[in-house]
Amino acid sequence: MNWETVIGLEVHVQLATKSKLFSGSATEFGAAPNTQASTYDLALPGTLPVMNEEVLRMAVSFGLAVDADIGKRSVFDRKNYFYPDLPKGYQITQLEFPTVGRGSLKIQLENGSEKVIGITRAHIEEDAGKSLHEDFQGMSGIDLNRAGTPLLEIVSDPDLRNAKEAVAYLKKLHSIILYLGISDGNMSQGSMRCDANVSVRKKGATEFGTRTEIKNVNSFRFVEKAINYEVQRQIELIEDGGRVVQETRLYDSDKDETRSMRSKEVANDYRYFPEPDLLPVIIDDEYIAAVRATLPELPGARCLRFVSQYSLSEYDADVLTSSRNMADYFEEVARLCGDAKLSANWVTADLLGLLNKNDLDITSSPIKPAQLGTMISRIKDNTISGKLAKTVFEALAEGESDVDQIIEARGLKQVTDTGAIEKLVDDVIASNPDQVAQYRAGKDAVFGFFVGQAMKISKGKANPAQLNELLRNKLKAE
Amino acid sequence: MLSKTVAELAGALTRKEVSARELTQAYLDKIHQLNPALNAFVTITAEKALAQADTADSRRAQGNAGPLTGIPIAHKDIFCTRGVLTACGSRMLHNFIAPYDATVVERLEQAGAIMLGKTNMDEFAMGSSNETSWFGPVRNPWDHARVPGGSSGGSAAAVAAGLCAMATGTDTGGSIRQPASFCGLTGLKPTYGRVSRWGMIAFASSLDQAGPLTRSAEDAALMMNAIAGSDLRDSTCLELGFEDFTAKLNEPLAGLRIGLPREHFTKDLNPAVQTILQNAIRTLESLGASFKEVTLPNNYLSVPAYYVIAPAEASANLSRFDGVRFGYRCENPDNLDDLYKRSRGEGFGDEVKRRIMVGTYALSAGYYDAYYIKAQKIRRLIKQDFDSAFNDVDLILGPTSPHTAFKLGEKVSDPVTMYLEDIYTIAVNLAGLPGMSLPAGMLNGLPIGMQLVGPSLSESRLLNVAHQFQMNTDWHSQRPEV
Amino acid sequence: MALDKNDVEKIAHLARLQINDSDIVEVAQRISNILGMIDQMQSVDTSAVSAMAHPFDASQRLRADQITETNQRDYYQKLAPATQDGLYLVPKVIE
Repeated sequence: MNWETVIGLEVHVQLATKSKLFSGSATEFGAAPNTQASTYDLALPGTLPVMNEEVLRMAVSFGLAVDADIGKRSVFDRKNYFYPDLPKGYQITQLEFPTVGRGSLKIQLENGSEKVIGITRAHIEEDAGKSLHEDFQGMSGIDLNRAGTPLLEIVSDPDLRNAKEAVAYLKKLHSIILYLGISDGNMSQGSMRCDANVSVRKKGATEFGTRTEIKNVNSFRFVEKAINYEVQRQIELIEDGGRVVQETRLYDSDKDETRSMRSKEVANDYRYFPEPDLLPVIIDDEYIAAVRATLPELPGARCLRFVSQYSLSEYDADVLTSSRNMADYFEEVARLCGDAKLSANWVTADLLGLLNKNDLDITSSPIKPAQLGTMISRIKDNTISGKLAKTVFEALAEGESDVDQIIEARGLKQVTDTGAIEKLVDDVIASNPDQVAQYRAGKDAVFGFFVGQAMKISKGKANPAQLNELLRNKLKAE
Repeated sequence: MLSKTVAELAGALTRKEVSARELTQAYLDKIHQLNPALNAFVTITAEKALAQADTADSRRAQGNAGPLTGIPIAHKDIFCTRGVLTACGSRMLHNFIAPYDATVVERLEQAGAIMLGKTNMDEFAMGSSNETSWFGPVRNPWDHARVPGGSSGGSAAAVAAGLCAMATGTDTGGSIRQPASFCGLTGLKPTYGRVSRWGMIAFASSLDQAGPLTRSAEDAALMMNAIAGSDLRDSTCLELGFEDFTAKLNEPLAGLRIGLPREHFTKDLNPAVQTILQNAIRTLESLGASFKEVTLPNNYLSVPAYYVIAPAEASANLSRFDGVRFGYRCENPDNLDDLYKRSRGEGFGDEVKRRIMVGTYALSAGYYDAYYIKAQKIRRLIKQDFDSAFNDVDLILGPTSPHTAFKLGEKVSDPVTMYLEDIYTIAVNLAGLPGMSLPAGMLNGLPIGMQLVGPSLSESRLLNVAHQFQMNTDWHSQRPEV
Repeated sequence: MALDKNDVEKIAHLARLQINDSDIVEVAQRISNILGMIDQMQSVDTSAVSAMAHPFDASQRLRADQITETNQRDYYQKLAPATQDGLYLVPKVIE
């Protein structure tokens, strides 16, 4: 049987404000328990919320980045449920009138085509605290430092059709958020958390199947694995004559499986109603225009610019703009060496290979833009050959810092002295008469043999262009 | 001395006829003498009061005293007071020592008022008789067999019995005005947003408003000068500059147009109350006011709409009382659910639980539109009734309560009857308008008030009318024998 | 609208309130009476009326993104029934 997967993602992004959404407590990660929990965060009686203006600005900038409708009148609501990490017994969120309405995001599929994923909405809400389950004589410990940290919950339409698309969407979202600087996007610290709504249906069906919600998956890789597991589980269940139950499931990365969260199965009745302690947030066109004016160049626009300004391939431009830091890195290298194409090649191939191998982010690259830029300049001014540049690159990767010293110390300078190269060519021709005869008999392919021999003798340092020219001339001459 | 108005006491302090310390000590002595019978105070802060009195005396000596400097006050136990028990009439908060002062408390302290203690109240301000308090009922100083009204019953009884010069109250559906009527006081519920709610334990956030309970309109104006004004900590507090509420007290009433709601003056209104109101109307007429009938056709829906909106908001506001971070926690909970259910089941009284359940029901899936949204729509109709009435008149006059103070235990067993006590006051909260009650007469030895309601932010006008009435009558000067 | 025992139990659970079995009938009766009074609302046609959540129309005031709170954990935790190592303790939370 042929199955189609339907996925929608709910992504919670912690906004990188200094203070909380409704109180003046710090939001820093990793503080000692409950040291960043004020009277409001603890829900002491009589305390009231006052909204942080930066949260609004960040939400609106996200909305503009995904071409969304901006809610000119957004309303906060109370979502009621009891849980120890929710001190007020309700979460302040936006139900009917979110700050960010309908928008969309383009993702690149593996086959090179593009797909538009609808964004249903993005709303502002408070984060909850944390329950720690280590044993406190059979009790749980509650830390409310995170309670009240601003979140933007970004809800996608059910437009994603497989785990790879889901990851591509998530990465795109991640990139936009970092471009905007509205979150550190750190998934392992929970700054970006993903819930996936997954269902399957027979190909061609118009109705959606029953979905399950996989909670809090905290890396791109786990999102892919969790969805794949869940899709397989649902298909097998249905094929065995069973039915998918609408429920919340938790992904266990150790066992690579999802399992039902029984405790949350009890049908919730959140009793939403408008938050009476807050008034509607009303913004005008002027406010939106002011936020728009502060937006950085976003990945889509930057990608197009890279293609037109630097004549890069769309593929390279897309790779280079996948993160703001990567794009900044590339532009710095290109500016320093004056050759964008060469810079793009080195960054997308060698540098990314190095980073991937060591599981590093571009910001922690052992090779800085200035070093790579200098290195490429040395290729351009014929000091080193492209081939020997790899040796320089490796030395930089190992922690050596000065490009010119590396070239000097290892004797990597190209030989460009015509006399020296001529002597080299004469030697090679003299010591390989058979091959010379073959070449002269019309076997052009032998030419490469002479180049290889000459390079071998010169330890790769002969300037390739000069070498080629002299070889051709001399081989022809006799 | 102890039964004088704030204005009179301020004069005595200025003329050095008495010191703040002497005055404070005298009130404390009287509290010790009378409170055991009245149960108006739940906490007495004698030490703090005397220290504040000394500060007030030195402020006066230095010449930087205001009209409230050295005036002893009592705070309803719904206002958080730093370092002092703030129990809100509930077992749930029987051990809650607030770590901060409410804005209202802070501002009165800055004005130099001296806190004598915290007053009894209906649990979480849910009640109209002060009988739902975990600390037991309060007796009406006019007749100890009767209730003082609620929910600000302790504050009203304390002022009426001369245990303090003035008191704070809060009013969600009539909780300042009805006790004022029952105890012979002047009580003002300001426009919603006029006074900060920060530090005031929330009952129904879109209706709650703090205000004064005093012996005269002038005193209420003096208190309003201290407590009103914007507060960045309360998002629903209006951003307004300072207003001197005493400035217009002496303006003449000539040309004043007062509306009499047809729905309030019916054959159902107690004829004796009717007569008292007619006398008051004649007095105001003689001062230059003119009267005409107005209509508030949706007023009869105010009690039903209120008993959806207030419990709905309360059901969420009271979720924070869960036995985890503060307050009452049950013994040896078996599990998390048990912790919640028993802490809340044992910590809240019956009326509070009832309202939480009504509110929970009204918000629950399948009932939200029929109850909550319906009530919010009726709220708009009620507001529109007032808006059209105020196109024709400057303010509205009517009864505060259908009758004088009733007997303890008389209505406590029937919630719906108790709720209907507030039929004249509740619409004012739903519309967010200012309303006040002032003594209008006596009936069988018991005081009874009349209610004045004005458009948004018309407090100065209401106080002006009340003051002019009080300059020409002496109902507000009547004191119970204690 | 009359509530039965089941309704009361469901609401009491949502509100996390312990109601003794012996009280449920009375609680159901009283709440039903209140709902009966509330049901007067249903006689009015409000189809053309918009809901009113706040007494006045105004826009939410915003505060600057500044840290104004300091660590007062020890002071605040004096109010708590059970703490350890700076954490509030509750019976084990099962996920």
